[in-house]
Amino acid sequence: MNLIYEPWPWYVAGPLIALVMFLLLFLGKKFGMSSNLRTACTIAGADKAADFFKFDWKAERWNLMLAVGAAIGGFIASNYLSDNKVEINPAVAEQLAEDYQINSAGEAYLPTEIFATENLSDPSNILILLLGGLLVGFGARYAGGCTSGHSISGMSNLQLPSLIATIGFFIGGLIMVHLLFPLIF
Amino acid sequence: MRYFIYLLVGIFFGILMFKSEAASWFRIYEMFQFGSFHMYGIMGSALFIGVIGVQIIKRKNLKPLGGGEMSLKPKDKSIARYLIGGILFGLGWALAGACPGPMYVLAGSGYLSILIVIVGAIAGTFLYGLLKNKLPH
Repeated sequence: MNLIYEPWPWYVAGPLIALVMFLLLFLGKKFGMSSNLRTACTIAGADKAADFFKFDWKAERWNLMLAVGAAIGGFIASNYLSDNKVEINPAVAEQLAEDYQINSAGEAYLPTEIFATENLSDPSNILILLLGGLLVGFGARYAGGCTSGHSISGMSNLQLPSLIATIGFFIGGLIMVHLLFPLIF
Repeated sequence: MRYFIYLLVGIFFGILMFKSEAASWFRIYEMFQFGSFHMYGIMGSALFIGVIGVQIIKRKNLKPLGGGEMSLKPKDKSIARYLIGGILFGLGWALAGACPGPMYVLAGSGYLSILIVIVGAIAGTFLYGLLKNKLPH
């Protein structure tokens, strides 16, 4: 049973991500999950507000299906294939607890202090989630792709722009975790 | 029905993101603290296979199953948009602990709070669309 509940090691997960990319290439598509956010805007009527959203969203239906599938996959994995606990480096877990009072590492999949539904009554949590999403959405479109589009697809195709974007992802992430977290949490 | 295959690929991708813990805020935090090889191993091994596979596709001039061309067009040259956009994305990635793929996965896993992140991400995308012409690219 433990075999099912154990997290998949990196040397299984990485090649399988490459497999997803190749499946999509051989289906004539490309791997890029943030494009769905633009499609969602267009479906909601954003094409009336900006030319950026004027495109035939129906050509992107395959990608929406992929996102729906990802959600179903998340449902299956969290309900039947996981104990929903993520063990991280004990030193990092200890630092999270000491510096930011985030004590749920090893006990939950996401930090309950931020993501538990009952903690949504705290306006600062809503602000953190909203701001995080806003930056991801804005940044992904500005950079022309996210982790799947640039760091996996683009870099596999040896694209310099994707390397620059990925370096940007890490600069941003390091600034957030090392400089801004002490101010936010 | 012709979209069914994408649903299947999506389900596989969703299970993969969840089970590899790439969809966990903790793993993203740990990565930016250089606390584990896990996330670097995932990305590194995906790229290792990815680079080799794409080279094979190009050298053997392989085509998609339904005909046409592989979606491997070179990206537009620029530095500003990739660097600035990338940094903004990274700030959000570390704060919310999720990039777009895992957002959908976590929504399916039943985390109501991730819906707020998704609403934010759609709003951010909309904001970019409004400001696009005023930004350096």
